[in-house]
Amino acid sequence: MSEKILVIGELQQGVLRKVSYETIAAAKQINENVEILALVLGDGDLQQPAEEMIHYGADRVITVSHANLSNYTSEGYGQVIMEVMEDEKPSSIIMGHTSVGKDVTPKIASRLELGLISDAVAIEKEDDQVVFTRPIYSGKAFEKKVMKDDGLLFATIRPNNISALEPDSSRTGDIIAKEVDVKDLRTIVKEVIRKKTEGVDLMEAKIVIAGGRGVKSAEGFNALYELADLLGGAVGASRGACDADYCDYSLQIGQTGKVVTPDLYIAVGISGAIQHMAGMSNSKVIVAINSDEEANIFKMADYGIVGDLFEVLPLLIKEIKLEGALVS
Amino acid sequence: MNIYVLLKKTFDTEEAISVSGNQIDESGAEFIINPYDEYAVEEAIQQRDKNGGTVTVVTIGDEDSEKQLRTALAMGADDAVLIDTSDDLDEGDQFTTAKILETFFEGKEADLILAGNVAIDEASGQVGPRLAERLNMPFITTIVKLDIEDGTAEIEKDVEGDLEKIEVSLPVLVTCQQGLNEPRYTSLPGIMKAKKKPLEQLELDDLDLDEDDVEAKTATISIFLPPKKQAGRILVGETGEQVKELVSLLSNEAKVI
Ligand SMILES: Cc1cc2nc3c(=O)[nH]c(=O)nc-3n(C[C@H](O)[C@H](O)[C@H](O)COP(=O)(O)OP(=O)(O)OC[C@H]3O[C@@H](n4cnc5c(N)ncnc54)[C@H](O)[C@@H]3O)c2cc1C
Ligand SMILES: Cc1cc2nc3c(=O)[nH]c(=O)nc-3n(C[C@H](O)[C@H](O)[C@H](O)COP(=O)(O)OP(=O)(O)OC[C@H]3O[C@@H](n4cnc5c(N)ncnc54)[C@H](O)[C@@H]3O)c2cc1C
Repeated sequence: MSEKILVIGELQQGVLRKVSYETIAAAKQINENVEILALVLGDGDLQQPAEEMIHYGADRVITVSHANLSNYTSEGYGQVIMEVMEDEKPSSIIMGHTSVGKDVTPKIASRLELGLISDAVAIEKEDDQVVFTRPIYSGKAFEKKVMKDDGLLFATIRPNNISALEPDSSRTGDIIAKEVDVKDLRTIVKEVIRKKTEGVDLMEAKIVIAGGRGVKSAEGFNALYELADLLGGAVGASRGACDADYCDYSLQIGQTGKVVTPDLYIAVGISGAIQHMAGMSNSKVIVAINSDEEANIFKMADYGIVGDLFEVLPLLIKEIKLEGALVS
Repeated sequence: MNIYVLLKKTFDTEEAISVSGNQIDESGAEFIINPYDEYAVEEAIQQRDKNGGTVTVVTIGDEDSEKQLRTALAMGADDAVLIDTSDDLDEGDQFTTAKILETFFEGKEADLILAGNVAIDEASGQVGPRLAERLNMPFITTIVKLDIEDGTAEIEKDVEGDLEKIEVSLPVLVTCQQGLNEPRYTSLPGIMKAKKKPLEQLELDDLDLDEDDVEAKTATISIFLPPKKQAGRILVGETGEQVKELVSLLSNEAKVI
């Protein structure tokens, strides 16, 4: 069998998460001359996501649809991925470092006694060796890791760090529906309570507007939502804001919340505690709006406005509307 | 119930990180219980108090790890086990750690194993699921609620902010997420009592393991600090002017909007 890399497409409520496309780009960085095989699993018709994986650079797609895959369980997904591995014998496997990827990859690695490099943000080749860079110590340092033997290369990648390829809707490839009898699940998902707001996924957003205790109330967050809508971004928060009940914990960014790497992070009324920085310090451009010029967040910011957020935000919204009007 | 907690010692979250000779410089650093493992210790104690049984805290580390184990005992854990690898091993990875733990758990009949969601230093989140798989136990990661009744666990799992309600029979391994509980502070009597509690010390030999059995599958080839950020630009002038300048910088200089 010729060499191939297996990437795993992750569906969220029927739609592929962006990181799925990024796994294809990552696979190309590992070896651009081998077949890229994508696996898309879920419940229902998977033709459309399979085609999208091909548009984004996959050469062939295996789909596995089963009622027991409608909710993620490590056992259900684990069975399918291991069966595909057994059939196809890929030389590498790449998956997103998401709630699902984090959960299922160590299970597989452990079952098959493999090494696994989690949460990579960059991939390079040095003398034919594939080197993964990953943040450690809450993003305060980085390490470069390699596999010790030349067996299977197994890694997860952090969303928003390795850019997806430009989609090409004229690309074609085989899509094969595979039957897997997904069974003997010991864990039963009884209910899923969605708390995440509709709209742009926080972990995948290119622009994040985050509010802190300085926003002072749940109503105060309305301006942040308006700004996020205007810019096509998502709203996040510090733990301070979540603890004060201005917003749901699903928005928390930081060491114990989500890790985000957007192109633009606007911190509004956030002091910049080390545990908060752990979740956003790798953002490409950071803007801080804070009334305290000594606030720690300014040390991390590319641009800072020292001022009252209740004055700054309305002006900013107005200005961006104006700018939008000029451009279009 | 036989309850076990996996505990890792880590750098204090507030510590500045410096690198020397391709390694994190640990000299003079303060070490703490990995914050997620504190939730695990707290949950273990609460589950024991409700359902009966014992709480055993296990760590793989060096002789200094006794400090974090004593803290867990002072919180209310019953026993502690320190697997000291410092004489036997120079290198390790998540495979190594899980393999040692797997061997430790052979014949132990654990009903519930609690780990942290991630260790905040290397933060792979692999160790819990890896161990569960070796022990042929189901696992649920990032839990925020745990109720045990008649051998069944009702669990709430945080999924990037959404909540899943899951049912699973014991034995099970769970990893703990923020929101599960508020870890208690240690009290003076607790600390005094902890000094007398049993603390078993093991080495690889005691587990019949050789260096080769646990050889790491991955290697770290370098460690470095992120490039120092250039001092940012604090805008000046009237607020209205600052906002105009910001929008212009974001669209023309940084090109992010
Ligand atoms: C183990 C552990 C884990 C943690 N994990 C996280 C985590 O994941 N994420 C996280 O965020 N935190 C986390 N924290 C908490 C963290 O230490 C801080 O307490 C928290 O980030 C503070 O939130 P804040 O910046 O919103 O609040 P504050 O520190 O209170 O800052 C509010 C800011 O708003 C500014 N402000 C007030 N009014 C105005 C105004 N009108 N206009 C402009 N600015 C104004 C103030 O100057 C101040 O800088 C953790 C802590 C611990 C111990
Ligand atoms: C002999 C040896 C040498 C090592 N040498 C190095 C080295 O040179 N450089 C280096 O960076 N790392 C080294 N490590 C550490 C190793 O690479 C990982 O840190 C360790 O496997 C845990 O992985 P993690 O930090 O990703 O934890 P995660 O998988 O993120 O941890 C999740 C949870 O697993 C449990 N857990 C994790 N680690 C332990 C532990 N040690 N004991 C008990 N429970 C635990 C905790 O509950 C924790 O919350 C060594 C480990 C060993 C055993």
